[in-house]
Amino acid sequence: MMPPATAGGIVAIDGPATRISLTRRRRRPGEAFFGTGVAITGGIVLVLIGAMIVFLIVQGLPAMRHYGFFSFLTSARWAPSEAKATVTTPNAYGIVQFIYGTALTSIIGMLIAVPLAVGVALVITEIAPRRIKRPLSSLVDLLAAVPSVVYGFWGIFALIPAIRPVVDFLTSTLGTVPVIGAAFGGPFFGVSYFTAGLVLAIMILPIIAAVCREVFRSTPRDEREAAFAIGATRWEMIRIAVLPRARSGIVGASLLGLGRALGETIAVTMVIGNSVLTINHSIFSQGATMSSVIANEFTEATEPFHLEALFVVGFWLLIMALVVNATARAIIRRGVAV
Amino acid sequence: MSDLAVAVATFRNRPASRRRRTKSAVLTALLIAAVVVALGVLAWVLVYVGIQGFGALSPAFFTHNPPGNPSVAGGGFFNGIAGSLIVVGIAAAIGVPLGVGAAVYLVEYGRGRISGTIRFFNDVLIGIPTIVIGAFVYAIWVTRFGFSGFAGSLALAIVILPLVTRTTEEMLRLVPNDLRESSLALGATRSQTVLRVSLPTALPGIITGAMLAIARAMGETAPLLLTALGNDLFTQLNPGKRMSTLSLQIFDNAATGFREAQSRAWAGALTLIAIVLILTFVARYFGRRVRTAGDR
Repeated sequence: MMPPATAGGIVAIDGPATRISLTRRRRRPGEAFFGTGVAITGGIVLVLIGAMIVFLIVQGLPAMRHYGFFSFLTSARWAPSEAKATVTTPNAYGIVQFIYGTALTSIIGMLIAVPLAVGVALVITEIAPRRIKRPLSSLVDLLAAVPSVVYGFWGIFALIPAIRPVVDFLTSTLGTVPVIGAAFGGPFFGVSYFTAGLVLAIMILPIIAAVCREVFRSTPRDEREAAFAIGATRWEMIRIAVLPRARSGIVGASLLGLGRALGETIAVTMVIGNSVLTINHSIFSQGATMSSVIANEFTEATEPFHLEALFVVGFWLLIMALVVNATARAIIRRGVAV
Repeated sequence: MSDLAVAVATFRNRPASRRRRTKSAVLTALLIAAVVVALGVLAWVLVYVGIQGFGALSPAFFTHNPPGNPSVAGGGFFNGIAGSLIVVGIAAAIGVPLGVGAAVYLVEYGRGRISGTIRFFNDVLIGIPTIVIGAFVYAIWVTRFGFSGFAGSLALAIVILPLVTRTTEEMLRLVPNDLRESSLALGATRSQTVLRVSLPTALPGIITGAMLAIARAMGETAPLLLTALGNDLFTQLNPGKRMSTLSLQIFDNAATGFREAQSRAWAGALTLIAIVLILTFVARYFGRRVRTAGDR
């Protein structure tokens, strides 16, 4: 017989449910129907991801055929609006500058968000008094609840005026240094890679913080106490008991944030300036990312191969997102709701 | 452990020196500064949108459509608000049941490698850029049937589905096995056990997950640009036609450069934030009950 039910409340159970094999002599058709039904819904996820890859390739195929599969990745010239384009001599569609924009904005976002998120998570798990831990995490989670379009709008009207003096100072000092100056040169029009990176940092901070929180929480209590017992200060406890175990978790969390940054669209579209023609080297200049060019040009793409080329951009974006997210998930395995 | 062993040798019988204590205090202060920055930005966003939005809100905002000329003051986002409710409503009607079904499969039926694979790709799908989801729905639906509110719903359903699967799965795993075993022992079939025991027990948590997913879908803009397209001036309640949503209208009006349109967009942003935050808070309220019930 089974053990008696535990008294009161729900008890969390780890691990898979015990399988009870019943004899299936009188298995009813309804049972099979239900079982098949949920199995199909379970399979939808796999079908969706497979279909996304297939359909993006199919839509982009005419352009891939015409220009060559990898030609998009070797040119940074995107000129959909050039006159005199025909089906036989269409405009140039190189996407390197979008990959550059996506990478640059994501890196700026990560450089800012990762240290902040790790700090926030450490405060929540190690430093804050017990009573304010839960409200503090909820507030940080709220950052993730604000819609992307609102961040973009706020970015244009609140963030850009606020950072303008700082950036103007940087372009006039760092921007004039001989070698690295090119990366920090002006003029600054407000919308830029840097602005987009800042907005991305705000948007991915709560995601990274949430994962780090779970990772830090899993540090064994004894090790923290052992660290304190041998006379470590609080920082030393964090450094010797918490951080070493959390290294891979932090990497996974950062990759998850990177995955989100790569694909973030609307907020970036609103603050990056959508300059598609070529790579702009200064982080304070206008640019475009893979997602922003799709959002910005998709419904106006009437030139030959323009729409198809946008699907090619979407295809590579999907591949990047799949790789980054799969790696992140493989590292942090599972169990953090973001 | 090895780090700890090294540390033992370093610290043994030595009270924290002033230098070490100062270092700890400075770094603690830096960590707290990170929290101040994060919460400061949150407050900045909410207060800024609140001030701009309240200044632009009026009763007419909820009952009128935008004026034909964007530089004219007044009007509202009635069509967008209605569109958002319809598009997200249909998306939830598609995405939530499928997500719950997938979670039931993972917890109650699936085993071994297949469910592991599904779980993994479900997590991956959560991270797929929503603009790509929009492009996908454009490819499978819009190319055949044209831009429509329903196409937008399909895209948002793909946003909702994996989120619901994830939370429902977690909630179903909290249902004690004793309950399932008792139900089966009484002669209930597996599907009866799922429908009458597992799902009802996990229901509050499932509702929380669904509401958080719906809140997320409410704020989505990018996939709708490629599917629902927007329909700025007219009230369109038929999801078979192109439709405006609140998020699309904020995006369009914010970009016009007319002060009047921007102030409508601020009112829209405040409305959208309010909807999303209310959904989030109500969901958290349900969720807190679940969590206390699940505390060990």
